[in-house]
Amino acid sequence: MTPAPLTFDEPEAKAAARLQPAPVIEVLSAEKVFADGTRALQPVDLTLRAGDFMTLIGPSGCGKSTLLGMMSNLLQPSEGRLSWWRGGPEKIGAKGRQIGIVFQDPTLMPWATVESNVRLLFDLDRVPASESMPRVRDALARVGLSKFAKHYPRQLSGGMRMRVAIARALATDPDVLLMDEPFGALDEFTRHKLDADILDMWQERSLTAVFVTHSIYEAVFLSTRIVVMAASPGRIIHEIIVDEPFPRDESFRVSTRFANLCADVLNALSLAQKPNHGAS
Amino acid sequence: MNSNKAENAMRIGAPFAVGLALLLVWQTLCTAYAVPSYLFPKPSDISDSFGREWHTLFAALGTTLKITLSGFAAACVIGILIAVIFVQSKVIELAFFPYAVLLQVTPIAAVSPLIVILVKNTTGALIVVSTIVALFPIISNTTLGLRSVDPGLLNLFRARRASRLQILLRLRVPSALPYIFAGLRISIGLALIGAVVGEFVAGTGGRGSGLAYQILQAGFQLDIPLMFAALALISVAGIAMFTVMLVLTRLALSHWHESELEARR
Repeated sequence: MTPAPLTFDEPEAKAAARLQPAPVIEVLSAEKVFADGTRALQPVDLTLRAGDFMTLIGPSGCGKSTLLGMMSNLLQPSEGRLSWWRGGPEKIGAKGRQIGIVFQDPTLMPWATVESNVRLLFDLDRVPASESMPRVRDALARVGLSKFAKHYPRQLSGGMRMRVAIARALATDPDVLLMDEPFGALDEFTRHKLDADILDMWQERSLTAVFVTHSIYEAVFLSTRIVVMAASPGRIIHEIIVDEPFPRDESFRVSTRFANLCADVLNALSLAQKPNHGAS
Repeated sequence: MNSNKAENAMRIGAPFAVGLALLLVWQTLCTAYAVPSYLFPKPSDISDSFGREWHTLFAALGTTLKITLSGFAAACVIGILIAVIFVQSKVIELAFFPYAVLLQVTPIAAVSPLIVILVKNTTGALIVVSTIVALFPIISNTTLGLRSVDPGLLNLFRARRASRLQILLRLRVPSALPYIFAGLRISIGLALIGAVVGEFVAGTGGRGSGLAYQILQAGFQLDIPLMFAALALISVAGIAMFTVMLVLTRLALSHWHESELEARR
């Protein structure tokens, strides 16, 4: 069995509706072999287009975090390259395009207040407080934490800390939001709430998002595109388009379409689990 | 709130009561067995001696404290600077850390005669001794602390192309504060030990001498109550400095660090 093709012919109607969005991040035959010889990722081609909500899903060790790390320019590919807005990494930065990053953990500075944490990226770019504070307040208001601006991270719950991390990423008004299993450690209710919030923000700001997750349900609920990955070596094996209109709400979660899509993802994932899939 | 106050009262009251009880037993036993004060003085003998000699003793304490605090301050500055240099590159740390360990393992009593010879000014020599003794915990704790940075935060800083200086001041130093303070708490006691040991070896005399000299003199003259009084003063000074460090730690960390959480409740 040959691996599934990496690009898909979208339904014509959908392609027209999208007005052929410009590529935002292109992964061009990028692979990653770590210094100890671990092959984290086979050569991968992937194009993230403006307006996508792309989910990377797969078992542990499938290289989804590595791929996200390369897209955020934190990791360099061993071979191949990436482009951002059809250019090099110089396109990203204080003066250029903004990439917002949310990690698995909130990664807040415990010694700083919520407000200072959200302001961090501005401070690193030496943006004066008079300019950054209104945006910090907006971002905090957006995640519903205005009342907690002067609190310290330890005084907040896990879900609230994650909201601070999201506010920090959103405050700089990013073009792309990269999220690495941001809600993995949260309980189901909090996760659903934050999923819905993330979708709202993605819509209202016309964001482009990449979201790494372990959860099939989360992937189906959030995404326009689900990229299914397999482990050892890490690679992309399938892509599923979720052609469900927005806004999505809880009724989508209990619909037959949702169940069918989940089954599709599950099938793609279990194909990847079979050892020696080339020989069978 | 009430239980809080009760606990605070216990915290001070309980050790105080134990001390008082011990002093009473000591006084009673010495009186009962008529132990001569040149062998083992009663608490009342010590306090009498203190009453007579307090002027000299406090002057000596002043000298010892001046040396201790100067040594401690020098150790803070030098130790933190060395740690900052260590974390800049693994090579530097690997090359120099063994020599920092050398500072720690060489008995100060063996080195201090050399320092007293090398440094002409006696006070200066004693400050050097005190600094050397206090240095190592600050270097090792600060180095550990500056390295103990949340890797996620470090990634965030790097993704934002933060400069080395920004990473140091905004990330490494705040992360290291709990470690630095733990080091300082150990070092302030060591600085006092260094000041006293140094003076024992240097054997300074006359005006401007510290508490170690008072203890030596009292020993020569078999004025054991005075010796005890000087000893007690050293202990009290040590406890006081340690307490000040505790309070400073609490002021700096209580709003965020786990180690001070209980203190806040």
